[in-house]
Amino acid sequence: MISTITDRLLLSIPVLFGVLLFGFLLLQLVPGDPAQVVAGPMAAPDVVEAIRVQMGLDQPMIYQFWAYLERMAQGDMGRSMISNKAVTEELWSAIGPTVELMVACLFWSVPLGIAMGTLAAVLRGSLVDRFIMGLSVAGVSLPIFFIGLLAVQYFGVLWFQLPFIGRGGPLWSAEGLLHLILPAVSLGAIMIGPVARMTRSSVLEVLKLDHVRTARAKGLTETQVILRHGLRNALIPVVTLIGLQAGYLLGGAVVTETIFSWPGIGRLTVGAILSSDFTVAQGAILVFALAFIIINLIVDILYSLLDPRVRR
Amino acid sequence: MTDPTDAPLLEVRDLQVHFDTEGGTFRAVDGVSFSVRRGATLGIVGESGCGKSVTSLGVMRLIPRPPGRYAGGEVLFEGKDILKLSENEMRKLRGGRMGMIFQEPMTSLNPVYTIGDQIIESLRAHGWKDKAKARARAIEMLDLVRLPSPETRVDDFPHQLSGGQRQRVMIALALANDPELLIADEPTTALDVTIQAQILELMRDLRERTGSAIVLITHDLGVVAETCDDVVVMYAGKVVEKAPVADLFASAQHPYTLGLMAAVPRLDARTDRLETIPGSVPPPYLQLPGCRFAGRCPLATDHCRSAPPPLKEIGPGRAVACWRAPIEEAAA
Repeated sequence: MISTITDRLLLSIPVLFGVLLFGFLLLQLVPGDPAQVVAGPMAAPDVVEAIRVQMGLDQPMIYQFWAYLERMAQGDMGRSMISNKAVTEELWSAIGPTVELMVACLFWSVPLGIAMGTLAAVLRGSLVDRFIMGLSVAGVSLPIFFIGLLAVQYFGVLWFQLPFIGRGGPLWSAEGLLHLILPAVSLGAIMIGPVARMTRSSVLEVLKLDHVRTARAKGLTETQVILRHGLRNALIPVVTLIGLQAGYLLGGAVVTETIFSWPGIGRLTVGAILSSDFTVAQGAILVFALAFIIINLIVDILYSLLDPRVRR
Repeated sequence: MTDPTDAPLLEVRDLQVHFDTEGGTFRAVDGVSFSVRRGATLGIVGESGCGKSVTSLGVMRLIPRPPGRYAGGEVLFEGKDILKLSENEMRKLRGGRMGMIFQEPMTSLNPVYTIGDQIIESLRAHGWKDKAKARARAIEMLDLVRLPSPETRVDDFPHQLSGGQRQRVMIALALANDPELLIADEPTTALDVTIQAQILELMRDLRERTGSAIVLITHDLGVVAETCDDVVVMYAGKVVEKAPVADLFASAQHPYTLGLMAAVPRLDARTDRLETIPGSVPPPYLQLPGCRFAGRCPLATDHCRSAPPPLKEIGPGRAVACWRAPIEEAAA
């Protein structure tokens, strides 16, 4: 167990290095001149040139990358080119809301998706099965911005007047929870479909296996057979899927946060890119990559908890 | 009541198990009858697809329904028809008074639970409330099937055991609740020969110790000769011959049984080719008017091809379904 985690952590070092390199190169490639952005559109050419030298942008690229790595190692991500606040500060204030949104989304969508998938598998071919599968196809095929807009229209305006602008406060306050509902529901909608489908096919697959027949031959009730010997084994591929989906979820968070003006990392990224705030964008890319690494680490740990065959 | 050892523990009467498929109704088990006494071993033999596994699953009521269904007959366990029991009553029998060992030791255990947990689960489904006692019982059962150091291996996962060890665990599982009837569906087929002998010996031992009845499903006549008291030979869903084991090997009466015996390679006769029965089992959805073996039988006549032979008594405990029986030695 411990060694699995250590292995994974060690493996993430080259991944992180790759991400740093990629983030650095990406911003070398995109159009726009950082010195020009900092100086402002009306600045005189010699001022821009002075800023370029001050930022080290006149140095060879390899030197710039090394300097960038050095700063990163010290936890210095530079300052925002727009607000002049430390990038770490900007990111830090945005991470909380995003984590809140993600957890809230997973909290309702994963259990519901698994329950729906299991129900569909057990009642295979019935109307219930078709209804659930229909819903999940809808969940998979509707783009998240559309689901978000529908949620705003019906739950925010026409039917319930749930708040849909910004974050209402800390999670433990009523206002904070109310504001979280619509973003979490819209973001979770993209998760339910794949989870339900994967659970359904995985449970169906497992229920055909020999050990399920053994479980029946032991005299267990059908519920015990399905939950303990069907679903329990079927969860292994579902967890893998959730790990993979987390990528979409991060992407979805960017859209959801924009729709609902959620002050998270996704909105920060979009804002930074639109305003050519290179340092913030670079930092945000790093945060996304870290999030991905952490999610995959969690998946790996869950995986070895669920399947003793991968434990060492 | 009569002497309980004489009354059959399990009596199957005219069992019909059909599968409804797109190609039509598939009569996997078509009027099978047999009975087993306490302390006795009944062998059911036949080649792949003859319905012997379906028969054993049918007795446990483990036929997947649909597509399977019971189309007729009775399965009497201590005189009570278990096909008429509620699912709840049946569950108490399964794993309790009736145990089953399956053909595939590699896949018949759940990979995500320890073997101990899987045995304990069965014990707890049948009235063992105390967890510690159930665990002690699980260790005792593993010791009984001679798994080395059962106190530590009880916490092993199936993938940490070899095939033979897993089959021992399956036997321990099936025997955990002291079943009166043990159904073993090809318990040794997936194992190599030396392990086979050990498993068979283990089953014989256990029968002597517990006095339970065993139904042993196999395609291996050697296994039958070694372990069984009585034999039922099945072909294409029907019983073609029934006999005490010594009689069957001394003078088999059905051409199919004779063919099976001729196909067993012998050490004392030098032959270049192994004997085979020409042809293969007719497809199950085919409704043949006569004897189902007629197409492959060297002795078949027109009568065989037009009328199904009934299973007729030809001696104490002996019956054969063949128009040409009794067959003289010369014909064989």
